[in-house]
Amino acid sequence: MREGQIRIPSGCAISGIIDKTGKRMSGEAIIKSISVMHDRSNGLGGGFAAYGIYPEYKDFYALHIFYENTGAKKSCEEFLERHFDIINLSKIPTRKVKGITDEPLIWRYFVTPFATKLADSQLDEREYMAKCVFRVNTRIQGAYVFSCGKNMGVFKAVGFPEDVGRFYRLEEYEGYCFTAHGRYPTNTPGWWGGAHPFALLDYSVVHNGEISSYDANRRAIEMYGYKCTLLTDTEVITYIIDYLHRKIGLKMEEIASVIAAPFWQTISRMEPEKQKYHEYLRNAFSAQLITGPFSIIVGFDGGIMALNDRLKLRSMVVGEKGDKVYIANEEAAIRIVEPDLDRVWAPSGGEPVIVLLNGGVNSGS
Amino acid sequence: MAVNYIYPEYEVVRNYDRCIVCRVCERQCANGVHEYLPDLNKMTCDDSKCVNCHRCVALCPTRALKIVKSDNTYKENANWSNKTINEIYRQAESGGVLLSSMGNPENYPIYFDKILLNASQVTNPSIDPLREPMETKVFLGAKPKAIKRDAEGKLVDNLTPHLTLSMPVMFSAMSYGSISYNAHESLARAAKELGIFYNTGEGGLHEDFYKYGDHTIVQVASGRFGVHPDYLSSGVAIEIKMGQGAKPGIGGHLPGTKIVGDISKTRMIPEGTDAISPAPHHDIYSIEDLRQLVYSLKEATDYKKPVIVKIAAVHNVAAIASGIARSGADIIAIDGFRGGTGAAPTRIRDNVGIPIELALASVDKRLRDEGIRDNVSLVVGGSIRSSADVVKAVALGADCVYIGTAALIALGCHLCRSCHSGKCNWGIATQVPSLVKRLNPEIGYKRLVNLMNAWKHEIMEMMGGMGINSIEALKGNRLMLRGVGLNEKELEILGIKHAGE
Repeated sequence: MREGQIRIPSGCAISGIIDKTGKRMSGEAIIKSISVMHDRSNGLGGGFAAYGIYPEYKDFYALHIFYENTGAKKSCEEFLERHFDIINLSKIPTRKVKGITDEPLIWRYFVTPFATKLADSQLDEREYMAKCVFRVNTRIQGAYVFSCGKNMGVFKAVGFPEDVGRFYRLEEYEGYCFTAHGRYPTNTPGWWGGAHPFALLDYSVVHNGEISSYDANRRAIEMYGYKCTLLTDTEVITYIIDYLHRKIGLKMEEIASVIAAPFWQTISRMEPEKQKYHEYLRNAFSAQLITGPFSIIVGFDGGIMALNDRLKLRSMVVGEKGDKVYIANEEAAIRIVEPDLDRVWAPSGGEPVIVLLNGGVNSGS
Repeated sequence: MAVNYIYPEYEVVRNYDRCIVCRVCERQCANGVHEYLPDLNKMTCDDSKCVNCHRCVALCPTRALKIVKSDNTYKENANWSNKTINEIYRQAESGGVLLSSMGNPENYPIYFDKILLNASQVTNPSIDPLREPMETKVFLGAKPKAIKRDAEGKLVDNLTPHLTLSMPVMFSAMSYGSISYNAHESLARAAKELGIFYNTGEGGLHEDFYKYGDHTIVQVASGRFGVHPDYLSSGVAIEIKMGQGAKPGIGGHLPGTKIVGDISKTRMIPEGTDAISPAPHHDIYSIEDLRQLVYSLKEATDYKKPVIVKIAAVHNVAAIASGIARSGADIIAIDGFRGGTGAAPTRIRDNVGIPIELALASVDKRLRDEGIRDNVSLVVGGSIRSSADVVKAVALGADCVYIGTAALIALGCHLCRSCHSGKCNWGIATQVPSLVKRLNPEIGYKRLVNLMNAWKHEIMEMMGGMGINSIEALKGNRLMLRGVGLNEKELEILGIKHAGE
């Protein structure tokens, strides 16, 4: 059984680090941070999203692909060659790590859509890209694109997250932002694609919790052309964020007001203008409200958003030191990499912490 | 002729040891069942007139009365039931169409009773509605397809007219005429107090009730009775009634005997004339005609009110709904084959239409498949019997439900299914002044408020159990449902898994 054939709830650990100035750091810190929360995962999935790691290819989409066999690779590459100009391709470098086994073929391609194909499709470039990725993931048996953004990449596997980090030699990458995920699924899938983060274009999500609105969210988002093939919470949350941000044009703080909307009783105590704002969002995007426990870290081009569910049913702490902002389920996972914090706080339920490059930390605290 | 004699289906049983001959039963029965025998100082009764409405039973001060099903029977026959045989006797005698009231009582599957709800265990927490907010507020109307920002980049409210409800339940269309003034007043006041809506049905709106306009949906049906500009503007939404679950494909008929006084005035037809609503709207012979009526009504009300199109659940309901969702309508109301009525031909009521659960599931799916689910909200009725039915309907994909029969039961209806006689002993489906006054709207509206508050509490408990704290996260959340004893095809149509899966 793998993701997509059955819905698998899971508990988790999440962690994230960003440098507001865009200064790049190695992946070492994030591995250290997530390893502290070892007991929050059970060895059945771990992964990382890293931003700013491919400056030399920053104008190209970086595709990270799992292949179950060379046949799948061949079919997929034929597809890629028909749709994209492939600038570079290589195996993603890995090292042997005890505890990481059964690895698929893991390849990386830097691509850009063929101008004529793109024009024929009448789509904008990112939509074209997303459509191609959906095509591969639903039509080509044994091939799975698990990362497809620019100047960013997802690295994930079945195993404990710290082992996954070493396996991908994450300490050798340098980026301005990293997020990490350790997974505690409630059964035993052994599929690498099912690990997290889940990503679409430059949006990546790591998530802890099990949402109760899942099927309402899934059926709503599928109406807009998304196909939830993994049946995981993280997948549907990623699509919701992509839809609201990229397609509808909402800002991240507005998205937080949609997916973790304040309660009506809270809204009734707000200024009239704020009331109107929230009533509008809750009405217009009611199907994108997410209920049930979650803490998520959304990575995107140029920033990061941390958000808890409206009741704060999952733990999440934020720490700040100089230009760096740290987010994790547990404070210990922050202190291990930065013991001397300028500020540390636990954001309230539904209160987003948005960190933008060259910007401040947008938070109510 | 002896062959026409039909033994009463129900017998009135009087315990003479308890009876004190107070004659309450005699005074209370508009059907003339009970009679006082002065010579014997004793009550007697004619079972054949009894409709089993329980008025006498409920008001007997000494509990001396009960109604039992008669054990008189023809020779048992699995094919030819007593009911079938009796109906043939009646029709052979009268040559007429059989008439019935209220919803289809026959033994068809009730899918709501074969669907079970989920609850949280371990992997996520249930939420206690007594300690945490639990939201049941809903909006009905189209959703915007894009956002708009002003010069400063602030979001602009680009929502089309919509309804805001405190909970996903409304009182469905029942006309003034088919039900009494006091029943209407009870519904209107309850809707106002609850922050929901009631529906005028096709009988116009009594001028006394214009003050409840903020909680009124005005109906426009094929007879156009009582429709004028003030009427259209008086409510918050306009419902075009294309069909009714109890009698899909046919119109309505309020006999002239009920068109008296204010009813004649409200319907804008002379006293004593029959109010006949044609089967179709004679200006709507296809979907493009519906679009014209939708926009005519919007023009007439300055595009300030959402338009509801109500249809009966029939075989092709998904395709019909898909057409309506592109007609400019803001809300589609679907009425299942169990839906109630003040009068319908028995054969139609009992044999036409499909269950609302299946209609809802297939409409919701079709609209999503076609990417037009956001064009409209879905309201379903016929029949929603409890808060559990509400939760299941919402999880199948409804935005809101309509209740009719349940509301009337709250007002005292005992489902004797004799509304067409006009002699409702509970003061609901009658225009006889002495009967109407039996329903005190002061008490009636409170009972409706109680019922809805009770349902709301139960809805919140069930939502909390599922770990859902806002009703929109339940809408279309079919993973919260499992079927029991349903076959593959039924599960496929409902879009749910079987229990244990």
